[in-house]
Amino acid sequence: MAHTMSRRQLILRATALGCSAAASPLLTPVTMARAATDHRLVVIILRGGMDGLATIQPYGDPGFAGLRPEHGPAFGDHDLDGFFALNNNLGNLMPLWQAGELAFAHAVSTPYRDRRSHFDGQDLLEAGLGNDHAGRRHNDGWLNRFLQTLPGAARETALAVGRRHMLILKGQAPAMSWAPEARLALSPAAEALLAHIYHDDDLFREAFDQAQHLSAEIFGDQIGDEEDMMQAMADAMASTVRNERHNLTAFLGEQLQGDTRIVSFSLGGWDTHRNQTGGLRRALQQFSGTLLGLRRALGAVWRQTTVVAMTEFGRTARLNGSRGTDHGTGGAMIFAGGALRGGRVLGQWPGLGEGDLYADRDLAATGDVRAYAAWLLAGLYGTDRAVLEGEIFPGLDLGTNPNLT
Amino acid sequence: MPDIATLSAIRFGTGLTPDGVGPVGAEALLASLCGTDQLMARFPEETFHVRAAKARDFQLARRARRNGGEEAEAAFREVRRAMQTDMVRQLGKTIARGVADPGGMRERLVWFWADHFTTAGTRGPMRGSITAYIEEAIRPHVTGRFGNMLEVAVLHPVMLLYLDQDHSVGPNSRFGLRQGRGLNENLAREVLELHTLGTGYTQHDVTEFAELLTGLSTTREGEFAFRAARAEPGPETVLGKSYGTWRPARLDSIQKALRDLALRPETARHLSLKLARHFLTDTPPEEVLVKMETAYLESGGDLLQTYGAMLAHPASWQPDLLKAKSPLLFVTSALKALGVPPEAVAVADPRDLRRYVFRPMIVMGQHWQGAPGPDGFPDSLEGWIRPQTLAARIGWAMLAPDQLGLDLPDPRVFVRHALADAASPEVIWAAARAETRTEGIGLVLASSEFQRR
Repeated sequence: MAHTMSRRQLILRATALGCSAAASPLLTPVTMARAATDHRLVVIILRGGMDGLATIQPYGDPGFAGLRPEHGPAFGDHDLDGFFALNNNLGNLMPLWQAGELAFAHAVSTPYRDRRSHFDGQDLLEAGLGNDHAGRRHNDGWLNRFLQTLPGAARETALAVGRRHMLILKGQAPAMSWAPEARLALSPAAEALLAHIYHDDDLFREAFDQAQHLSAEIFGDQIGDEEDMMQAMADAMASTVRNERHNLTAFLGEQLQGDTRIVSFSLGGWDTHRNQTGGLRRALQQFSGTLLGLRRALGAVWRQTTVVAMTEFGRTARLNGSRGTDHGTGGAMIFAGGALRGGRVLGQWPGLGEGDLYADRDLAATGDVRAYAAWLLAGLYGTDRAVLEGEIFPGLDLGTNPNLT
Repeated sequence: MPDIATLSAIRFGTGLTPDGVGPVGAEALLASLCGTDQLMARFPEETFHVRAAKARDFQLARRARRNGGEEAEAAFREVRRAMQTDMVRQLGKTIARGVADPGGMRERLVWFWADHFTTAGTRGPMRGSITAYIEEAIRPHVTGRFGNMLEVAVLHPVMLLYLDQDHSVGPNSRFGLRQGRGLNENLAREVLELHTLGTGYTQHDVTEFAELLTGLSTTREGEFAFRAARAEPGPETVLGKSYGTWRPARLDSIQKALRDLALRPETARHLSLKLARHFLTDTPPEEVLVKMETAYLESGGDLLQTYGAMLAHPASWQPDLLKAKSPLLFVTSALKALGVPPEAVAVADPRDLRRYVFRPMIVMGQHWQGAPGPDGFPDSLEGWIRPQTLAARIGWAMLAPDQLGLDLPDPRVFVRHALADAASPEVIWAAARAETRTEGIGLVLASSEFQRR
């Protein structure tokens, strides 16, 4: 699908601006290249540290009942394979499991160890680097480094969604960034003058250009005259951020049915330090609602879509003093999508018995979340193992292929 | 090119005013911090004690509603409306203080430290009380010793509730043994990672410090309480130093540990880096950090000395604007440049404040008093300026001044008021060519020169 210039963009170009705006290469994307792939990849960052043990419950392990009482099939959770059970609050996802469109990897983590900081942990997860990089500033994220290797990738190929900055897509490859509730609706004259003002400021010029592009694409045809534009922006500005989940999935659906192939966004609420049953319920229901909403919004494109959800670390194996869990190490990943070969819980189970826990406190990690992400990229886009181990996830040993897709 | 007067106002203050002149240069800025804090009295806030009682009323009304009945429903709606009005008024007053101060460095520091000691949410007594926490625990200490702020902020009920400390129990305390309860590490970890050291501690330090912090709690009414029966029998070793005794557990061992943490070299470095990153650039030169941490350590954690070291360094006065205003600073500085009377902001219609300030700030990426985590809002240039958040800033610039019914000046004059010598030829040119007055003002406020600092 090639984009033609919207009327507003043509007007902008036609406005007498003399030198500056017309000279900008960023203002002349009359036709946008389409990425040379049909595969859609959705990367969800679960911020706060998801409790893998309560989410994908190893109820077949003799140590489990002591660590997470009131969990497992006996308490209404859904048996998956005779050893693992799925938290009841993800029960809506069972049809996906049965259809082979849902999978998990357990006892996995990033290389981050011992410090257990959310902020360093999330940065390392998104940067895709080793523990020696923990606590440093990062210039780019692994999804952006992958994008640099994807043939035919254009600026429209990848999109970070939400109000939060996503390190995972930061880097040299151009990528877009937008939030469903954002809207830019200026008069053609104001738009042209603002482009003139921003012209010599790279950051503002590029952000403004993307905002124009996305806003025109999303809302362009709905807006008539200038008064309508102002009204539209006023409505957007004044509205509460309601129905956030619906807005998000509808927006993702539209984008992924268009030119976008790769999106990343965050879901929070996983930092369950106290009374975690209630806290986790909200987070899990939000996750399953988002996933099912996305599937609905994608329609037929769901068949070409793979979703991967990952978190900065798991949580302590034992409950803490306030029936919650503190920051841990090994956790779980969730995969979904019509393109998935699911219906499996992957990974090497380390056990929960005496001496099995990491630092006598956390679920041990026997797998690296980066390896699963890397095999996904290899499976979907044919990315070379050498590139994955050398550039996208430097220093990673991919191990054997879990054949996720 | 912005000169020292412009930089004083936009980099370290709440922005330029059309008429008044704020403090110019390092000495004047520091002097502006030394006098009494007059804005506190001019725009007074309720105490935490009063706010906690209102939060309690809110909870009671909500509980009564669950039993049904039209009367209870109506009563709850009334309490909820009052609570929402109070909260949005608190935001109005926060902005009004920034507008009222000719300089504004104190307000900037209050915002900075409130973010450093982030609290968020509406759990129990916290609902509507965060402003009072900032007023009591942060504001009086921004020009004093960091250790004092640390102690008051960490022991404040709002912080104890926010980071679950009221749920942490010494496993070997009388209460813990009887109830089978134990530690919750949340506050201990964030004090070490976010509030003080940043780096240089281990999981062992976190666990020991969490044990030391047991006993800190709140009453049902939301007041501070130290419950010795919940405190883990000491001593605990944090960063190689021993605190507390076997029994009785005492609050002053916790205070002693906090005072020691405040004076650690890691803390000096962490705070200097954070201040320099906030005020100067995302990548401050090592030189200025060394000056700041030295001033901090030699003065026993005196923040005024630390700011002084920063302001004395040429990095404070280089003319490139390498940081972006936060949404709160953007809105405040816009109203200040437009010459809006601060009292008008403080008493504005709460619906207007919600529609044209609170909600737009969310879309700009700053949910006021609703930060996504205890690390506050991302403060980097790229963290604030992204396509979706820039669109929200532009939308506000174009619409809010008009919708709020403000007297809009001639854009050709306004560009001088709002930007002074930071105005580029492009923005001066554009302001003169806008089709309407509203758009002209909007272009100036949306300009990169106005968004940067």
